[in-house]
Amino acid sequence: MSTAVLDDRPAPPDAQLLRARLRRPARVAVRILSALGVLWAAATFTFFVQSVLPGDRATLIINQDTGQTIERSAAELAPINERFGFDDSLVTQYGHYLTGLVQGDLGTSYRLKQPVTTIISEQIGPTLLLTFSALALAWIISIALTVATARRGRIASSVASGFEVVTAALPHYWLGVILLVVFAIDLQWFPVEGGTGFVGLVLPALTLAIPLAGFLGQVTREQFERTLDEPFVTSARARGMSDLGVRVKHALRHAVLPAITLSGWALGALFSGAVVVELVFARAGLGQVLVDAASARDIPLVSGVVMLVALVYVIANLIVDALYVVVDPRLGKAA
Amino acid sequence: MSTTTRRSAPVWPTEAPADLDRTLLRVEDLHVGFGDARDPTPVVKGVSFTLERGRCLAIVGESGSGKSVTARTIVGLTGGRSHVRAGRLELAGRDLRGLGDRGFRAIRGQDVGFILQDALVSLDPLRPVGREIAEALRLHGWGTRTSRHEKVVELLTQVGVPDAELVASQRPDELSGGLRQRALIASALALDPELVIADEPTTALDVTVQAQILELLEATKARGRTLILISHDLAVVSRMADDIAVMQGGEIVEQGDAREVLANPRHAYTRALLDAVPSEHSRGQRLSPGRDAAVSVIGSARAAAPDATVPVLEATDLVKRYRGPDGIERTVVDGVSFRLERGKTLGVVGESGSGKTTTARIALALTRPDGGEVLLDGEPWSGLKEKERRARRRQVSVIYQDPLSSFDPRWSVERILRDTLAPEAFADDAARGRRVGELLELVGLQDEHRHRRPLQLSGGQRQRVAIARALGPDPAVIVCDEPVSALDVSIQAQVLDLLEDLQRELGVSYLFISHDLGVIHHISDHVLVLSKGRVVEQGPADDVFRRPQEPYTQALLAAVPRLQRPGSRTAAAAD
Repeated sequence: MSTAVLDDRPAPPDAQLLRARLRRPARVAVRILSALGVLWAAATFTFFVQSVLPGDRATLIINQDTGQTIERSAAELAPINERFGFDDSLVTQYGHYLTGLVQGDLGTSYRLKQPVTTIISEQIGPTLLLTFSALALAWIISIALTVATARRGRIASSVASGFEVVTAALPHYWLGVILLVVFAIDLQWFPVEGGTGFVGLVLPALTLAIPLAGFLGQVTREQFERTLDEPFVTSARARGMSDLGVRVKHALRHAVLPAITLSGWALGALFSGAVVVELVFARAGLGQVLVDAASARDIPLVSGVVMLVALVYVIANLIVDALYVVVDPRLGKAA
Repeated sequence: MSTTTRRSAPVWPTEAPADLDRTLLRVEDLHVGFGDARDPTPVVKGVSFTLERGRCLAIVGESGSGKSVTARTIVGLTGGRSHVRAGRLELAGRDLRGLGDRGFRAIRGQDVGFILQDALVSLDPLRPVGREIAEALRLHGWGTRTSRHEKVVELLTQVGVPDAELVASQRPDELSGGLRQRALIASALALDPELVIADEPTTALDVTVQAQILELLEATKARGRTLILISHDLAVVSRMADDIAVMQGGEIVEQGDAREVLANPRHAYTRALLDAVPSEHSRGQRLSPGRDAAVSVIGSARAAAPDATVPVLEATDLVKRYRGPDGIERTVVDGVSFRLERGKTLGVVGESGSGKTTTARIALALTRPDGGEVLLDGEPWSGLKEKERRARRRQVSVIYQDPLSSFDPRWSVERILRDTLAPEAFADDAARGRRVGELLELVGLQDEHRHRRPLQLSGGQRQRVAIARALGPDPAVIVCDEPVSALDVSIQAQVLDLLEDLQRELGVSYLFISHDLGVIHHISDHVLVLSKGRVVEQGPADDVFRRPQEPYTQALLAAVPRLQRPGSRTAAAAD
């Protein structure tokens, strides 16, 4: 070959590869720092919101304990102010709050007089189980639906995408009640009151999963169909691959990318959805705690839950970023 | 199911298959339509051809001629909404009509290897190329995981990949265009199929890489395999084909022995295709039939020509560096100097990554050089502040490769063109409207086109609008960045003719960038050869192309596929 000198060097040279690898820890550090920044911003926001809310907090605490709604004298308020440090300057209180946070102390519930961390850790298990099962279920439904119906005849794909549009718009509250009436009360397949077991988990998880599946299904389907039009799909078919093989081995990997991005957001949304679902199915979990705390204006507990949701959100997005690079390794190189 | 015998180990045998029947493929009266079952839109209309073992058939035609669809019919990959009907469709004596997906699957990869164009999109971008090649083996039950990996490395080595073990583990985006295309070919040849179909296998490649890929396909043919080569490029085809079928509008308008078709084309369309190929022989001649150089100069408001001795664009020692995503700084343009004379064309030629486009962007003052300077009409240009430059921006305009992506799809042609007119140069709205009409006439469009949107125009019409847009501000220089690379050869011929007419009539200068040496030689007065950011050679076009001094230029020219036409007219070189 007379012209071989001009091209065809195996990319990239070792020195370059090495350099790219060295930069990786730096990138990870930046990610984690920015995640901490988000948490700090959430903490600061909740702190200042609770300190500017109308009404004296010491009065609120005493009234809550006694079940009254009257003005309190300075003598009555003094010990409370002393105990919670309400007399300190805002900056000092903020400092205490942040120090507490770093040590894992979210303060003490006004109403239950227990550390917020204790209350949350007792209730978080069922909620985490519910949200993650819902997320997994939503993925399974949306992927199965997409792989089975995308570009498979006009009827199949319009029925499926119609299902996605309708379910994506369903409110959790309504869907939960319907599922409860049909499957628990009429058919009696599942318990009315969700216990802690697996059977009790099915209906609440479905309630959360179905609207999310509709939503994820829409983006997955769009990307999936676009991928099926790519020349490399034709290439794979020309090697003798079956239609299903192409769908599962090639197209699916491309199609899940947008759904992965959305899952970070979805997990945060599932947490707020869980509050409603736990009430509908009378399930243990953070939902009940949050509703009680909010209606009683138990500010430390409410902001504790807010911080927790922020934490889940941040961690979920870190996982999403990592997962994204696993599925699409091209990004690991360029980002 | 497959009636073919499964080769246990495809070690490419050199002897011809012991088959009495020399005919491998027989296609008679093939019709393919798309859409509604009762009233499909016909794309292939009664195509017939036969292909003997060991020969190479080239199917030539422009986009939409049905050449790819014809080829895909052989492997049953015309798509879900297609309707195929044929009097005869036989591969190695086996009837392919009515064959289901299972039947075709056994043929694909095993009996027929299919190579699509542009491996960047024809290989799954998320997987290492080795897995794609192994997939072909796995699908037909060849070997075990370990033996497949060994076979992949062996296949890659056979298609001329250095360090095959490493390449097998890399993704397409980590490989150069040439290596990528080789990997794609390796995946199609994995089971050593009897018939290899290559659909535009070299279209997106640089000339030197193109030459290597063609050598590889020739080697496949030399091993006794049968080849169908689909291309719009007659020069590529003329080098390899034994038989040629010319397709137009879904029909084969001419077919026969390759040398015969190229030397004595009978059909007018074949002749037009051959004449449309720009090369050194076509310099100074028109490439397209029809409209003569009758461009009337209308409303060219150019001020009295400035001093003709000063080059309109002059660049000295341009340097541009970029930091890559890996943190390494690369010099993309390294000491480039050139002069563009008034009313002349300076051709800039080079392979991808040679710095052509960056040079163009510096000339357009869209990119600030790290070193060196560009003068416009002898006055500072690249060194100006953007605010000072804005008043002179109209003197330099640009035509891109893909006009569709450089138009706002919601704008009408009229609005696109009005947008380019200097507000102060026209008295009122009606005057601007008249100017739009003039511009359309200049580029050979009708007045009715002014209300169309880009998507309602053909590729050639769109490029004409792009030229009209470039002419709108009455520029001294037009930077043409691969302006004909995305066009079919006959459309390319019309656009090149138009550019030459406009230059003659309006005296505009072109900085003409292309990877196609034929186009550059056809249109340029002077040529600048770039490689890795440096000027390798420059001079008058005929000097550089006929008597290249540098080894790089010589290698580049040697790699260009030339139209091999026995007894073709040798045109007197103009200029």
